[in-house]
Amino acid sequence: MTADIPVELEVNGAPRRATVEPRRTLAELLREDLGLTGTHLGCEHGVCGACTVLLDGEPARSCLVLAVQARGRSVTTVEGLAHDAGRGVEGMHEVQRGFLEAISFQCGFCTPGFLMTTYAFLQERAANGVTAPPTDTEVREAISANLCRCTGYQSIVEGVQRAAALLHDGTGAV
Amino acid sequence: MRPLKPPPFDYDAPDTVEEALHLLAEHGDDAKVLAGGQSLIPLMALRLARPARLVDVGRIAALQAIRADGGLAIGAGVSQRTAERSPEIARHCPPVTQALPLVAHVPIRTRGTIGGSLAHADPAAELPAVALLVEADVVARSRSRGERVIAARDFFRGFFETALEPDELLVDVRIPPWPDRTGSAFEELARRHGDFALVGAGAVVGLADDGTVRDARLAFTGVAPTPIRVGGAESLLVGNEPTADAIAAAVEAARAELEPGDDVHATGAYRRHVAGVLAGRVLHDAVTHANRGTP
Repeated sequence: MTADIPVELEVNGAPRRATVEPRRTLAELLREDLGLTGTHLGCEHGVCGACTVLLDGEPARSCLVLAVQARGRSVTTVEGLAHDAGRGVEGMHEVQRGFLEAISFQCGFCTPGFLMTTYAFLQERAANGVTAPPTDTEVREAISANLCRCTGYQSIVEGVQRAAALLHDGTGAV
Repeated sequence: MRPLKPPPFDYDAPDTVEEALHLLAEHGDDAKVLAGGQSLIPLMALRLARPARLVDVGRIAALQAIRADGGLAIGAGVSQRTAERSPEIARHCPPVTQALPLVAHVPIRTRGTIGGSLAHADPAAELPAVALLVEADVVARSRSRGERVIAARDFFRGFFETALEPDELLVDVRIPPWPDRTGSAFEELARRHGDFALVGAGAVVGLADDGTVRDARLAFTGVAPTPIRVGGAESLLVGNEPTADAIAAAVEAARAELEPGDDVHATGAYRRHVAGVLAGRVLHDAVTHANRGTP
């Protein structure tokens, strides 16, 4: 039997800790040890993107990261997106608002992963000083990492573009 | 608690190359090096790989450097996404920059590493073919034998098989200086964007002052157990003007040199055909880039 390992990390800005088996993934740490079930597990081998989180600010599949690999790192999950989670729709992040306004989901299982991928995509554009709205092609390239089995993607592309517009109308900050 | 997918293993996360080499010397045969984990962790989740111990090299700062020193040295632990964005790599080794956007997807490339991709040696992967194309040297270290420099052409031995010994760690990839008037291109055909390619092709073409071809290199992925160069096609181009006819002749020579097999994804005949189409495109684009003075 392998020894459990203490893992301290930052999740959505707060220090968290858990003691895990080395084979436990970051997704399992988030969902089961920390109760953050917004991160969904679909395929569990890196294909579907439902478990996408930000690891030190970069999008990553949390099913392909061992919890022990995240030791000392900073993780952002879908629970950390909202500006003010207590204020419902009013407190939502622009990416969440964009998806809501374009109805970019049916069953919603893939949505957390799409939100994190979209957040990372729009954040990188802003960081590179790109102010033009993302084209269909750019959006499709960006979300190609994630699978949705309901919507046919058109409404998700629209949601990403709506999110970009909301961010642009606001401060421009992601 | 629900069951966990990978089999149990012991885990070490050394802070230095020396510590990692010590662990590999002690546990070599039972241990597997964990870099970005984007191939190894899914293999373990499916229980196709069952290492008894993982040596996680992700915390070793010395493996994270990109150094331009005439040529280029890329640390094995540099992420594919970091490499993709690196101005040094774009300047000194453009085929890497051209191939990386074709590797899986952004959230995989943020974790996947340059060294991990080479050491994994997937016959459909892009970076091993790029290593052949740019004639990279792979630098491996072990505790007992020190540093060993392995030319890319000697590194890939077979299907998911490299020249690395169980106690060795891939530490650096060294790339020779990029010559003047040299262009490159990399293209592939995949069933879906981000999937492993059915076939990939990369070309490097260097032109002499009189506009004839000084150096021509053509490499493929997905058509053999290892990435492969086609020397016959390359030598047809050297010394001649890179006309459409010359490229077409090289494409036919390349097709004749390849013997891809049939599998569930495509027949060998289809792969050979596609390899030729891609070869024509990348040779044309490499010549265009060389003429334009942009790699």
